[in-house]
Amino acid sequence: MGFTHKNASAASEAILREQRQLRKERLLASPGLIIGAAGFMIVLLFAIFTPVFNTADPNAMVVADRLQAPGSAHLLGTDELGRDLFIRVMYGARVSLWVGGCVAVFSCALGTIIGLYASYFKMLDQILMRICDGLIAIPGILLAIALISAFGTSSWNVIWALTIVYTPSVARTVRASAMVIREQTYVEAAKVQGAGSFRILWKLILPGVISPLTVQASFIFAQAIISEASLSFLGAGIPAPAASWGNMLQASKLVLNKAPWTMVVPGVAVILCVLSLNLLGDGLRDFMDPRTKGGARR
Amino acid sequence: MIKYIFKRILSLIPVLFVVSAVIFLVTYLIPGGPATALLGMEAAPDQIAALNAELGFDRPFLVQYADWFVNVLQGDWGRSYFLQQSVLDAIAEYFGPTLSLAVLAQIIALILSVPLGILAAYKRGTAVDVAAVSVSLLGTAIPGFLLSMFLMLFFGVYHHWFPVSGYAALGEGLLEHLRYLFVPALSLGIVQAAYITRMTRSSLLEVLYKNFVRTARAKGLKETKVILVYALKNAAPAILTAVGQSFGSLVTGTIVTETLFNIPGIGMLTLSSINRRDVFVIQGVVLFVTLLYVLVNLVVDILYGFVDPRLQPGRK
Repeated sequence: MGFTHKNASAASEAILREQRQLRKERLLASPGLIIGAAGFMIVLLFAIFTPVFNTADPNAMVVADRLQAPGSAHLLGTDELGRDLFIRVMYGARVSLWVGGCVAVFSCALGTIIGLYASYFKMLDQILMRICDGLIAIPGILLAIALISAFGTSSWNVIWALTIVYTPSVARTVRASAMVIREQTYVEAAKVQGAGSFRILWKLILPGVISPLTVQASFIFAQAIISEASLSFLGAGIPAPAASWGNMLQASKLVLNKAPWTMVVPGVAVILCVLSLNLLGDGLRDFMDPRTKGGARR
Repeated sequence: MIKYIFKRILSLIPVLFVVSAVIFLVTYLIPGGPATALLGMEAAPDQIAALNAELGFDRPFLVQYADWFVNVLQGDWGRSYFLQQSVLDAIAEYFGPTLSLAVLAQIIALILSVPLGILAAYKRGTAVDVAAVSVSLLGTAIPGFLLSMFLMLFFGVYHHWFPVSGYAALGEGLLEHLRYLFVPALSLGIVQAAYITRMTRSSLLEVLYKNFVRTARAKGLKETKVILVYALKNAAPAILTAVGQSFGSLVTGTIVTETLFNIPGIGMLTLSSINRRDVFVIQGVVLFVTLLYVLVNLVVDILYGFVDPRLQPGRK
């Protein structure tokens, strides 16, 4: 039985087609991924377009309208200074997404550099990983509080503090994946052919760590949103008049029994946003890991 | 076993070294020195320089660090100028309520999560499993303090079953103590439980289809014994790890939740220190909690060896 060239290409095409089909099935079989992505897109679109369609100032105080319940005049009610909660929660979404997104991007970028080089150079590995171990041993929020109390409250300081908090775990993930890929034959082959460390790390190893990195980025995004809210709640986050979810929750603390909606509105916003991101991360992990079929095993 | 414990402790030294350096750097790097933070923005530059000199912050970095390190080892963690008290005394004074809250929350977390995780794994794929997984997913999306606010609203404001906020020391009677701590502990416990449930479920699923479980069933053991003794024992290390790892988030969650319920613990100390920029107290709190966290994980690691002797090094 001759295995002709034509047969071979047809067979490989069939395999590719089957893979595409499988991938599509996996995508459709994990509702979490779709729900998460949709939820996140909704929050994102609201955050981007609210200021375009509604030019009201989120900090505009109308003392006569203090603590109005949700209704036709104010869709989601007003807070203790008569500020419209709908506008504020949307501007809060911008703050949360901005902080969360920056932290996710910065910590993944830094973590990738550290993780890749640590995986490749033994001496560097020892030093960098001991530093990462130490940083991971300090509970995240506390480290952020210490950094922010030293450098002052501002949204950039929150972003930098949280980036320092999350970078070590990214570095560890990247390092662990890179260590496995480093042993692959194609990397050995490139080394034998005289490829330099830069080329090996960024052209050959980096593509292999992208998928665990994407999954982790979505979790860090979610964690950073929770952390920002907690920090602002404690008064070590975004400075006060700005509309951030943590600030709104902190303000609601004082009027909780008179106006519970001041807490429910930003609270539900945090939960929706974080839940979407977590579902997205879980879904991505199941989707990218070929060992789990359709997310049945979690 | 002793050798294993010793080795584990030895491996902590570089970690603690880095931790101490990072925590020291935080105050060292304050723009204008710690005196700027302590005296505030309106202080005159010569006053700031004088206080920095008095505190020894005008010396070279390594000298300062070495000095601070030795002091910390000797139990001198600095002074709070606002509390007129040494940092370590302040922490000791505020630690009791935090410990009570954290322990109670951990107990609630275990009571909720382990049975739920076992049930979800055992009834894998059924509605019970889906419900348990969904609830735990929701639990990981809620920051502890937010859940506290919802529970506070429900238990305290609407139903008056529990006090809305405040604290009663253990000296005022155990029941009164628990009455005040129940709602904050429940909310922290639920958040912890979310993570531990998932870990329990997945680690149990991993052993549930192993041969020894089938053998246990084949020899006619009762289903409860198969699950609770044979399977659970093998899933225990993973559950323990989850408890150890989530301890850090438990303590930080406690800190935020305390400020909400007006519980005079480490969280309140931190909050008031943030407002006053009392940097030495914050430095002390971070150091203290980190040491606690490292210690808890050391205990977890040592417990492994007892729970599952196969994990002890040097044994086959």
